[in-house]
Amino acid sequence: MEMNQYLEVFIEESKEHLQACNEQLLELEKNPEDIKIVNEIFRSAHTLKGMSATMGYEDLANLTHQMENVLDAIRNQKIKVNAEILDVVFLAVDDLEAMVQSIAEGGDGKRDVSEAVEKLMLIEKGESPAQSAARAETAAAIAEPQGLIKSTYDDFELTVIQQSKEQGFESYEISIALRADCLLKAARVYMVFEVLEKSGEVIKATPSVEQLEEEQFDQEFSVTIITKDTPEDIRQKLLKVSEVERIEVLPLSMGNYSSQEAVKEAEAVLPAAEVAEEAASDMPKEEKKAPAAKQVSNKTIRVNIERLDILMNLFEELVIDRGRLEQISKELNNQELHETVEHMSRISGDLQNIILNMRMVPIETVFNRFPRMVRQLARDLNKKINLQIVGAETELDRTVIDEIGDPLVHLIRNALDHGVETPEVRKENGKSEEGNVVLKAYHSGNHVFIEIEDDGAGINKDKVIKKALKNGIITEQTASTLTDKQAYELIFASGFSTADKISDVSGRGVGLDVVKNTIESLGGSVSIDSKVGQGSIFSIQLPLTLSIISVMLVEIEKEKYAIPLSSIIETAIIRKEDILSAHNQKVIDFRGKVVPLLSLKEIFEVPSENLEEEFISVVIVRKGEKMAGLVVDSFIGQQEVVLKSLGNYLTSVFAISGATILGDGQVALIVDCNALIK
Amino acid sequence: MTETAAADLKLIVFQLKEKEYAIPVNQVRSIEKVEHITRVPRTAGFVKGVINLRGVVTPIISLRSRFNLEEAEYNEHSRVIIAVLDDMEVGLIVDSANDVIDVDLESIEPPPEVIGSEEADFIKGVTKIDKRLFILIDLERVLNPEELTVQDGQGIAG
Repeated sequence: MEMNQYLEVFIEESKEHLQACNEQLLELEKNPEDIKIVNEIFRSAHTLKGMSATMGYEDLANLTHQMENVLDAIRNQKIKVNAEILDVVFLAVDDLEAMVQSIAEGGDGKRDVSEAVEKLMLIEKGESPAQSAARAETAAAIAEPQGLIKSTYDDFELTVIQQSKEQGFESYEISIALRADCLLKAARVYMVFEVLEKSGEVIKATPSVEQLEEEQFDQEFSVTIITKDTPEDIRQKLLKVSEVERIEVLPLSMGNYSSQEAVKEAEAVLPAAEVAEEAASDMPKEEKKAPAAKQVSNKTIRVNIERLDILMNLFEELVIDRGRLEQISKELNNQELHETVEHMSRISGDLQNIILNMRMVPIETVFNRFPRMVRQLARDLNKKINLQIVGAETELDRTVIDEIGDPLVHLIRNALDHGVETPEVRKENGKSEEGNVVLKAYHSGNHVFIEIEDDGAGINKDKVIKKALKNGIITEQTASTLTDKQAYELIFASGFSTADKISDVSGRGVGLDVVKNTIESLGGSVSIDSKVGQGSIFSIQLPLTLSIISVMLVEIEKEKYAIPLSSIIETAIIRKEDILSAHNQKVIDFRGKVVPLLSLKEIFEVPSENLEEEFISVVIVRKGEKMAGLVVDSFIGQQEVVLKSLGNYLTSVFAISGATILGDGQVALIVDCNALIK
Repeated sequence: MTETAAADLKLIVFQLKEKEYAIPVNQVRSIEKVEHITRVPRTAGFVKGVINLRGVVTPIISLRSRFNLEEAEYNEHSRVIIAVLDDMEVGLIVDSANDVIDVDLESIEPPPEVIGSEEADFIKGVTKIDKRLFILIDLERVLNPEELTVQDGQGIAG
């Protein structure tokens, strides 16, 4: 197919346009009067429509077309923007996204969009979808006194119905409504089906059986069955299933089906009229387009991420050789060689920056799906929430970006569900009804920080401790000694949930421990700060990149170890007399703080002759607020190294996070300072 | 050793303390000389450390110590057999490795009941060619990760 070569471009651009739609729609919700925003959305939708029609994705084009009509009506001020209309448009964008996703995954991009299309059409006619749904129902009831047939049947199903009728079977369409408080809808569906399958053959279910099993329906569903039982019998049997509220059994005959056909045909006439109208309004649209397009676009090319990974791997090899060259030139002490190597080192340093930068992606790509999510969640939870995003342009390594999305979703859901209170509670506590959630990203040193801050209820320490005691996470004894921070950390323990009621959004006791594990597996850390009644801050610290790190090489006897610079505060040489002893633990006084001393020689069981020296070399490292001094024999120097794993055989070595290959080809182990400080 | 038609299995032969052992050639990636090994602290005694195998950090274990035989100094005959099991690559230090043989699958017998010593656990079978006895090692047992249990952390600052 000729189209294949455009497919990738199509998918990428569709995603961009949909993202633009999403962003602008949110904007529109805030400023419903701003026609400029509507124009932006319209332009995105229009481009999308054109592209998908060219590519032959009709459902996509169809739905976008409908959406465009509504937007057109809005900007011509025929209809007014309200939350209801936006909901429908958001729904349509969701459908569009699902279709593009399906195309990207190699599917055909087909999807049943009739519901969304219908709603959009209603809006365009100036009716609110809720109202008209009710009206449509009554109208249908009048038109079809036999009852309302909800399912549509294809030819095959119609033939089956007809044939079974000839053989003396009756067909019924049964509408079943579950109680609104029904918890296990899928289980009830299963029971209903079991009953029905005993009395006859189920030929159709609306929504489909798969959707029913996944609980993708509200309270009501309908099933078509071929049976010899009387409607009343079926009714009685079904009513025995608990939590069923209402049963309607309608006999299905060819007569009432064909009337349904007629209604459908009548509807089909409508879109045709709209096409004409749309064509007429096409002219002014083009004119408006020009002045608004002022966004400056950078020249870019799309590069497959795999190629960047290969480039990175090759560069890692080069870094190892660079280290080797530096060492050789030092040994040979040749001036010219020295200069050349130095120059090469500088260039490869620049190269490294560029390669790392190429793999950097603004965190925007993760953040920009949150406004939508927050909007939806806020509605589901009946809370008012204002999400503020700061520093979306902050860049992170691609590998980190890929992993950080899910943990952030968890934390934001957590902030919305458990953090921000309901408007009533907020009012009572003298806060504004609208809760604020700030998502902030920024660079600091070799790290990226992401903070999620809410001005909600904060974490109740006593409640946390009580819960942790109940779930057996801590003992009474430790509970009394916990600091505030330590208590907050408890919510990251597995099997913990403080929400009084379990909600769909968060709070099943899974999640936060997963968040912590994911972040730590990326070499990062997460911490919490909170004030009761004022809110909480979750702060995530992540390394900029995962594969090349700066280390301090140290020597212990004849062994070389690498300590990541990110955990080093400074190095010091201290006198032996300055070592103090407290509770069997050697400590030093470091800038007014008591810092425990750890001998790497002892921890790593390095074979040694144990010569006592007058001066001792110490590397001061930190983990969060805590510090420790690592005693080594000597410092070798700072170096950029490529992080390598120890392989799949040695998976968990104490206090070693990996290895690296030095300039002389030997392996040096990388010290995991986090494991050394408890 | 050259009758390829009847042979079902190609084995790499290596020595450990006078005895001859064998490992299927498809479990071997390469055979290397013993070079600088970086010790990895706090691992099981038979783990000698890691080496740089053409840019890949590869763990090394001593088969002598794995089989509870007394350790020996490495000399010019000592070799590292890089063995592959699933997604693990591990080097096995042996006294020497200098032969490849073809054996009939049928000629492999189950290990004799009484062989004593710990190495019995790691034997898959034995096979005889002429008057030489080859012991087939069971790589899965040799590399059983559960036996890697590391001594727990001690003397760590609070």
